Amino acid sequence: MPLSTQSQPDDEQYVLVASMDNARNLSNILKAISFKDHAIFSATPNGLKVTVEDSKCLQANAFIQADIFQEFNIREDLVGFQVNLTVLLDCLNIFGGSAVSGVSTALRMCYRGYGYPLTLFLEEGGVVTVCKINTQEPEEPIDFDFCTSNVTNKVILLSESLKEAFSELDMTSEVLQITMSPNQPYFRLSTFGNSGNAHYDYPKDSDMMEFFKCTKTQTNRYKMSLLKPSTKALALSCKVSVRTDSRGFLSLQYLVRNDDGQICFVEYYCCPDEEVGED
Amino acid sequence: MKFRGKLVDVACVNHFTRVITTISKLTKTCVLRLTPDNLFFVLSGKVANGGVGMWCELPQANFFDEYQMEGVSSEDNEICLEVTPENLSRALKTIQCAKAVKVKLTRKHCPCLTIAAELPTLSSTSRVVTHDVPVDVIPRRLWHEFKEPSMPDFDVSIYLPPLKTMKNVVDRMKNLSNFLVIEANLNGEMNLKIETDLVSVTTHFKDLGNPPWGKTSLSPGSRDPEAMAQARVDIRKLQQFLMGQQVNPSKAMCNIVHEGVVHLILLHEDVSLQYFIPAVA
Repeated sequence: MPLSTQSQPDDEQYVLVASMDNARNLSNILKAISFKDHAIFSATPNGLKVTVEDSKCLQANAFIQADIFQEFNIREDLVGFQVNLTVLLDCLNIFGGSAVSGVSTALRMCYRGYGYPLTLFLEEGGVVTVCKINTQEPEEPIDFDFCTSNVTNKVILLSESLKEAFSELDMTSEVLQITMSPNQPYFRLSTFGNSGNAHYDYPKDSDMMEFFKCTKTQTNRYKMSLLKPSTKALALSCKVSVRTDSRGFLSLQYLVRNDDGQICFVEYYCCPDEEVGED
Repeated sequence: MKFRGKLVDVACVNHFTRVITTISKLTKTCVLRLTPDNLFFVLSGKVANGGVGMWCELPQANFFDEYQMEGVSSEDNEICLEVTPENLSRALKTIQCAKAVKVKLTRKHCPCLTIAAELPTLSSTSRVVTHDVPVDVIPRRLWHEFKEPSMPDFDVSIYLPPLKTMKNVVDRMKNLSNFLVIEANLNGEMNLKIETDLVSVTTHFKDLGNPPWGKTSLSPGSRDPEAMAQARVDIRKLQQFLMGQQVNPSKAMCNIVHEGVVHLILLHEDVSLQYFIPAVA
């Protein structure tokens, strides 16, 4: 195996070495958060967290646990750097990234530390590609201060049901209004577009609703343009947890199953657009 | 000046269409040279084409059931036409089910290649679809520009990896950079490299093999087998070449003149295609 023999002797110089047999397991989950070029990587012994932000109002995190990798060696408690995500995705898919069975791209990802590039060794069918992606000083991700203790409403849905609603959403509406309530309409998505208003209601005892715990009626609006990127994560996921806290902040957590049946998480945080009075 | 040809076999029509479609992906316009034995599609490496050159050779007998031509004169028994391969390809694509296709040089409001296809029919009346594709006749004095390019005095000749793999790599590299360095040696190794402010990427191919002519044309032992010959090319030109390939050729080779030109050769049964991409500084 050219990948392992090639780089093993140099391993001591790297603070982070991570490898996997199928690079799609990383590229797919990164696609779910690729709406801006800058991605902040934070690696800890538990795994890798990749953060992308937009307009200080939206944050997306992808978590790839250490055991998703066949090898995950880290020499420090925290290794952080920032790279261009679009470039990284092009590199990960250098061999086409197709899902043809039996053919997969092996990946070995190495980082020497501050000021060094992120080095990728990719191998498919005996052909090796080496990518050196320049790194930048990592920015501090915004702390949305979203605590479980402040969560007022929470539902878990099968993604299937939300995909359908999102594919039919009226994109001429500037906002998506989410209503969560212990009483009717329980969970409602509303749009206000050129051709009129639309409401999508989910009854709380539907098969699609796996969990329902709403303590207070809450109606919040979120910019459609901010929520749009989250449909990439939705498309990949099998379940989604929708939560709002007392300030109206939205948390969307997606459970994503990769090619090998392992589970990863992607989460989106979004600020509410404005306060809505009681209608 | 006369030309008429007839294709009767479905396989021939398909094959001919594929060749023309491949050419249409490579260039907007080119020259079609008709000789008693061959059809040539030629693009001379002029600055106007960005220095890219093409030479595609088809023996007429392998395609045409009937083939009659009369050149400009008996000593210059050739016809040179400027054609838009895209138009020919579009015309041919609509008549894939034809029983017979006639190709004829005609004079309508302007010189045309007239493609008349006899389509299958259930009733006794025949259905014929005719396409007139305008062409320009190239005068004799300009013919010298469309002679077969001589084999460049290359430093390294190497077999190409599967074109699909190469296309995937080049497609991604094109997202990252405008230029690509292609390098190869006589040890069967070829690298594709890009380098920008953000990233450097190198794809290594090995065990590709070197065509035997490489060793005979260069006096043996004169070149270090490890030494790379390289050329920096416009990545779009290479991508265009890879995009156009409709079938995996039986042989695909690449000759590199160090910092000069990349000469790509594809052999597919009876058809040969040569493509020249000039190196840029």
